[in-house]
Amino acid sequence: MAEVLVLVDHVDGQVKKVTTELLTAARRIGEPAAVWVGDGVESGRAALAEFGAEKVYVAPAEVNDYVVAPKAELLAKLAQEKGAAAILVSATAENKEIAGRTAVKLGSGVLTDVVDVNAEVVTEHSVFGGATVTHARVTTGVPVVAVRPNSVVPEAAVGAAAAEEAVAVEISDAAKTARVVERVAQEKGARPELTEAAIVVSGGRGVGSDDFSVVENLADSLGAAVGASRAVVDSGWYPNQFQVGQTGKTVSPNLYVALGISGAIQHRAGMQTSKNIVAVNKDPEAPIFELADFGVVGDLHTVAPQLTEEINKRK
Amino acid sequence: MNIVVLVKQVPDTATERKLNADDRTLDRAASDGVINELDEYAIEEALLLKEKHGGEVTILTMGPDQATDSIRKALSMGADKAVFVNDEALHGSDAIQTAYALAQALGTLEFDLVVLGSESTDARTGVVGAALAEYLGLPQLTLAGKVDVDGGAIRIQRQTDYGYDVVEAQLPAVVSVVEKINEPRYPSFKLIMQAKKKPVDKKSAADAGIDTGRVGLANATTETVDFAAAPPRAAGTIVKDEGDGGTKAADFLAEKKFV
Repeated sequence: MAEVLVLVDHVDGQVKKVTTELLTAARRIGEPAAVWVGDGVESGRAALAEFGAEKVYVAPAEVNDYVVAPKAELLAKLAQEKGAAAILVSATAENKEIAGRTAVKLGSGVLTDVVDVNAEVVTEHSVFGGATVTHARVTTGVPVVAVRPNSVVPEAAVGAAAAEEAVAVEISDAAKTARVVERVAQEKGARPELTEAAIVVSGGRGVGSDDFSVVENLADSLGAAVGASRAVVDSGWYPNQFQVGQTGKTVSPNLYVALGISGAIQHRAGMQTSKNIVAVNKDPEAPIFELADFGVVGDLHTVAPQLTEEINKRK
Repeated sequence: MNIVVLVKQVPDTATERKLNADDRTLDRAASDGVINELDEYAIEEALLLKEKHGGEVTILTMGPDQATDSIRKALSMGADKAVFVNDEALHGSDAIQTAYALAQALGTLEFDLVVLGSESTDARTGVVGAALAEYLGLPQLTLAGKVDVDGGAIRIQRQTDYGYDVVEAQLPAVVSVVEKINEPRYPSFKLIMQAKKKPVDKKSAADAGIDTGRVGLANATTETVDFAAAPPRAAGTIVKDEGDGGTKAADFLAEKKFV
């Protein structure tokens, strides 16, 4: 069975959930082979084995010293050497770029923001702000597919080896032209990462100020990530990297709670594929209620604290 | 410093967007065309860099006839001139083919910097900037929230999930911008009038050095197999807060096993 390369997302050796989702999807297509960049593989190997990685290709941390290009070289090289049936990455901004460059190198095609993929590598997409569902496939070369986090339910496999294999990497000069000289971490706290969180609580214009505690407290009671609408980010109430929407992040959690968000297309495009949607808004005509599985017409400043208290009580 | 800004016309997200039933490409007649929103930030950044370092700002657009509206808008913001690659052979090109075609067109121009929006609001693939850098063999400075040019050196803040990376390179380079980078200007009446006289160099695919055997729907690297309207979401339960809205929401979450 042909190998399916899965680019691993990890933080200091901790495998992200989306990688277990990709390995699950990869098993439909062929034999999953994880591609690990950087240190910490010894702490991540068990998780990769659990979700079916027969092999783990390990590349040195140096690959991360330059923007995107070395990772694309790595994936293209492995795909060619191993005769891979497909390459799967998570649909983060950076990984989509890696997917694009890899496809150029392989002379193949790339499909992004995939919400499902089958054994024939036919992909499902939710487009135009969730209004249309399309199916697509790559017609030439090794398909490169970027799958949205929380789209596939991770299922453990039995008895995968996750055998390590070091990959000799020689980064070409052409891939060294954009050098990362510093990494700057901004306030984030202990909350899960927005695009892969199982629950997201977002605040909009209705929050009314840069005091986001009403949103954060509810998020923390649910172990959720915090998101923000464009209006909030534009007003400087919450940092840019938390923006959900057409020009921000796309999220697809099991539960999305929208507080004081009207639900304009700008926002819907980033959250419409969420499995469950709860909305709180003063305006009964707000379009967010068209999407909501449960909606409360009311002031978020009274409803959200009550909800937070109830959740904490029932834990 | 000479800058080329890539501008795409997209269907207005405020209108209903559709695919063509026959070839499953975007139905550009179904909705009003507007300039891709993030491209306005790219134009603004190019104009700011020009104000600081001198040079010329050229708009490069690939698209159908009606894309001239977006070119005019770009020129009325203050860009100097435009190149419009307009050829039926390009219809239905996917992201990779688009990057190839733009790279070829850029090969016919002189530039120190290429600036584009980090994604378009229609296809939203977010791969064109990276694929373009790959084709051109130039530094990829994408997802920039801040750009500084100093002589032949360029430094950006590349937005990441945890904050940003500081990335350095030498010109020429490809820069894609995110929304936080600036506040695009509104065209003044004077600039709108001037824009009507600015040169727009219309090119066929062949003029732009594009091999028509590599672009267009017939040669696409991907194919849309089918499409359908998304099934409507089942109508939810909407309650009015009577002092117990939070409790009722908690009941819903408990029922769904979130608490």
